[in-house]
Amino acid sequence: MTSVLDTVLAIDLLNIMLLTVLFMTAIAVARMNSLFAIVMLSGVFSLTSATWFVALDAVDVAFTEASVGAGISTALFLGAMLLTARSAKPVRREAQLLPLLVVVATGAVLIYASLDLPQFGDPASPANTYVGVSYLERTVDEIGIPNVVTAVLASYRGFDTLGEVGVVYSAGLAVVLLLGIGERSLGANPHKLDESGQSEGDHHVVLRVVSKPLLPIVVLFGLYVQFHGDFGPGGGFQAGVILAVSVILHALIFGLGAAMRAVSPGFARGLAGFGFLLYAGIGVWALAMGGDFLDYDALFNEPPGGHLGQHWGIILIELGVLFAVAGSMVAIFYAFAGRVSEIRDEDW
Amino acid sequence: MADEITFLGEAREIVGGALCLFGGLLAITGSVGVLRFPDVYTRLHAASVTDTAAMTLTIVGMALLSPDLLVVFKLAAIWLFLFLTGPTASHALANAALTAGQEPMRTRKDAAEEPGPEAK
Repeated sequence: MTSVLDTVLAIDLLNIMLLTVLFMTAIAVARMNSLFAIVMLSGVFSLTSATWFVALDAVDVAFTEASVGAGISTALFLGAMLLTARSAKPVRREAQLLPLLVVVATGAVLIYASLDLPQFGDPASPANTYVGVSYLERTVDEIGIPNVVTAVLASYRGFDTLGEVGVVYSAGLAVVLLLGIGERSLGANPHKLDESGQSEGDHHVVLRVVSKPLLPIVVLFGLYVQFHGDFGPGGGFQAGVILAVSVILHALIFGLGAAMRAVSPGFARGLAGFGFLLYAGIGVWALAMGGDFLDYDALFNEPPGGHLGQHWGIILIELGVLFAVAGSMVAIFYAFAGRVSEIRDEDW
Repeated sequence: MADEITFLGEAREIVGGALCLFGGLLAITGSVGVLRFPDVYTRLHAASVTDTAAMTLTIVGMALLSPDLLVVFKLAAIWLFLFLTGPTASHALANAALTAGQEPMRTRKDAAEEPGPEAK
């Protein structure tokens, strides 16, 4: 009995510690003017919240937060920062009064509302009573995969996920339309980029030697995350981000030109569109077979109880997510990085 | 035979816990160093202690405490990855600091041995 109490106490202490770190990081971000430090601290914030999500047993969410929040957002923010100033304009103290009031009022309302929230792990809470429990009970029979999170994301709530992929794709599309195409973008003709990073930059030799064997491992890990998503934490979103990060790493170390020759900007944009179409196409396939939109049971007209349609449907739409996310992220990075002549040493 | 196995199990737990504790201690030393050392390079040195020694000790400790071989294998993969990337990141930081014109701090002895501009 004491050991159970000890564990509960340890988890409580861990939660309090992690939330304190989050709080301090947020305060530091609010008080800083250097954009570089703010970007780094927001990465720290994401990584700390990912750790906290693990402590709350939400590994899939933690994985997403770590790869998206701490990984690619930091890289994209840095890329965006290269196009603007390095520090925020200081704001006069009087001008900060009204925002402070708004923030304090909103915070007070949220804290007041949080008093009505159910306890963590409360069996009578809405999350643990209606549809959540039924997903847990039905997944093994209906979907036939062990990871309930993937079953909910890809099958039961497949339409919501299609919307999320659409959001990612339109974000990529918007950035590419604003920055990525036109005479100031280097993506139009990557062979014009100079190759100085390859020949004379001998102070980068350690980075090149270490990262070259790591890159294929990063890609392999991305594919593992993709195809292991039915059985453990992971799936298309995380895998797409990991693949995109491997391209970004390549661009940072071997130069943007080399990365653009390996994965061309046009290919990245096309991949994003193809992924979204693939996802939506599975829905249309189900419609054509006489089922509802994204109803994978209808894909092969199986007798009830078969899992073939569910398995193929989930694998294919996860591939669509992978393509859309990886393509959009790489296209966004190219759009930001391609605006400056090259990524110089002093910029990183 | 059974006694030996339980003894090994208990010894494993004690040694693993001690290694984790020592790794945590080194991580705290590294953080104190980052806060208190005078310039970029010495601070980087303190930070890289956390990257390599503290990380290795903690992972070996966790491997000793782990219930099965799959966990040991995953820990080994994490260790290999961090062992390659940590020092590389430290190197890249020091390199960038030098490129950006950060002079390493010198002791008086160094400055005396260095031939001044008038000696050249």
